[in-house]
Amino acid sequence: MSEVVISARSVSKIFGSGADKVTALDAVSVDIFQNEFFTMLGPSGCGKTTLLRLIGGFEEASSGKILLEGNELNDLPPYKRPINTVFQSYALFPHLTVRQNITFGLEMQGIDRAKANHRADEMLELVRLAQYGDRVPSQLSGGQQQRIALARALAPAPKVLLLDEPLSALDLKLRKEMQVELKRLQTETGITFVFVTHDQEEALAMSDRIAVMQFGKIQQIGAPREIYDEPTDRFVADFIGDSNFLPGNLVAAANGKHALTLANQHVIELPSVRSGQKTGDVTISIRPERLGLVAENLADQTHLMGSVKSVIYFGTDTTYEIDLGNDQTVKVRTQNGTGAMDDFGRGERVGVHVPADAIRVLVD
Amino acid sequence: MKAMLRSKRFWLIAPAVLYIGFFMAVPLVQMAYVSILERGDYGGVNWGVFSMDAYVSFLFERDLMDNLVLNTDYLQVFARSFGLSAMTTVFALILGFPTAFYISTQPQGRRNFLIFLVTIPFWTNILVRNYAWMLLLRNGGLVDGMLGWIGIETGGLDILYTPYAVSIGLTYTYLPFMVLPIYASLEKLDHRLVEAAFDLGADKRRAMSRVILPLAAPGIAAGCILVFIPCLGAYVTPELLGGGKFMMIANLIGSQFGAARNWPLGAGLGFVLLALVLIAMMVYSLKFKSLPEESR
Repeated sequence: MSEVVISARSVSKIFGSGADKVTALDAVSVDIFQNEFFTMLGPSGCGKTTLLRLIGGFEEASSGKILLEGNELNDLPPYKRPINTVFQSYALFPHLTVRQNITFGLEMQGIDRAKANHRADEMLELVRLAQYGDRVPSQLSGGQQQRIALARALAPAPKVLLLDEPLSALDLKLRKEMQVELKRLQTETGITFVFVTHDQEEALAMSDRIAVMQFGKIQQIGAPREIYDEPTDRFVADFIGDSNFLPGNLVAAANGKHALTLANQHVIELPSVRSGQKTGDVTISIRPERLGLVAENLADQTHLMGSVKSVIYFGTDTTYEIDLGNDQTVKVRTQNGTGAMDDFGRGERVGVHVPADAIRVLVD
Repeated sequence: MKAMLRSKRFWLIAPAVLYIGFFMAVPLVQMAYVSILERGDYGGVNWGVFSMDAYVSFLFERDLMDNLVLNTDYLQVFARSFGLSAMTTVFALILGFPTAFYISTQPQGRRNFLIFLVTIPFWTNILVRNYAWMLLLRNGGLVDGMLGWIGIETGGLDILYTPYAVSIGLTYTYLPFMVLPIYASLEKLDHRLVEAAFDLGADKRRAMSRVILPLAAPGIAAGCILVFIPCLGAYVTPELLGGGKFMMIANLIGSQFGAARNWPLGAGLGFVLLALVLIAMMVYSLKFKSLPEESR
């Protein structure tokens, strides 16, 4: 494993006092590694921006420590931290030209003008806006301002770049472009990016690791695939992508395997579960795209039987809502154009195929 | 339809236009006319007898041989007024900027209250306030007494009836005109720009000089104009705190219409002042045109 750059040690942040007290961060500990694209993902108010501002030095931790390469940062003001930020609103200086915006941080470090201008041109090249050095920010589009904000923050070659929902103001197409661009910049510069977003798709697309946050705590940390395929709790499974949640009963079998009984007495054998998994009544999650549908006459006792409640066509795929009875429904997403699946109409009886390896037993 | 709407809207501003047109433009023209007439022996003017004497005597006087020689008396009054107004503007800026900055950093409710406090002096008549300053500044007055009480023996402060007293009085009177526009520009300032400056390595001093001051510049300029120009025309404060010994332009003009019984000169001095102010404003507007659109 590469070296730890930023390390938070049971960091808490409490805003206000008395009855108005709000705990924005609750004893969060996390290590962020060199060269990593690290994303903090969660709904608004989950504490992700607070943690970012603590790392940047714009807020003071109520307790706990933040370390940069092993040295405590807590008492350093933002201007003494080798960390730069790309703000949500870009915060470009309106009275300075694009080039002057980029050289601002370099001048503050005492780098002479000629060198700073040279570096600014390199940065403009890097964000592909070489011709725009002499404009002022108000003459640029949102996407261009975004790139300049990136160039400005990258110019002093910080150890860590903080990005506070930098893409949220852009329209969908531009956002997709900038996602690719950000990933490219991170790879090319080799700087550690700490990215804050509430957009799970964005997080999955760009990150090396994701920390999913809720109520001021980190619920799960892992690579995108790990977070998506093996969510540990209901919040993560629900927040990242679509999930079906079903009640079940888990019983340990003699051979180290487990038997899961779903509501309709349908039993599935699970080859492995998380170590220390409690048995008895549990909730399981299954991704809609892992489920399959068969016509009633082809179904056997390995299928969950139900009727089609709704059909929604999305172009690349179709989502069926299947009523299993007992107030339980599951969503099934099938890819179109593969020919593997027949079309099913509303009200039709179908069998739902549940592969054992698609089932995640949640901790709750 | 649109044209009709526009002409209807015109009637909304018509009363104001007529009021200003009549009560400002007409006297202005009248004064311009008076300034190019011959003076009457006992005040007033000789209507219909034109003379440029007023403008000539601004700079020259006739010696015994009836030759024109340079007379800098009036010029000195102008120079003194400009100097004193500039000094007052600087004092007001030094006091006003930190005040405005402090207010702009307070929470919203508190800001409104503080701004309300800034406007309180306007509630009292300017004469009363100037008499109050006389009581404060005179020898043995409150300031003198306080200095003595904390152990500084002044042996008489001797500040009343000096240019300093006038400048202190003017600074006090016009300080709100400095605070309010600067506050307005600082309040609009996006706090995230200051955070961005810190983030990029600027300490407090450099964040102030490189980001806050440039962005507040239009407000500072507006405040300076709002203090400097009324100061040039100040009448009551130099009369009372300067004790009449210290004449500013307005007092000079007043005396020409009064004791000196030289109406054309009084009117002429007024127009010289007007011209100088207009030139200053033009220089200002040219200078600030070069700033980027957004920061204005």
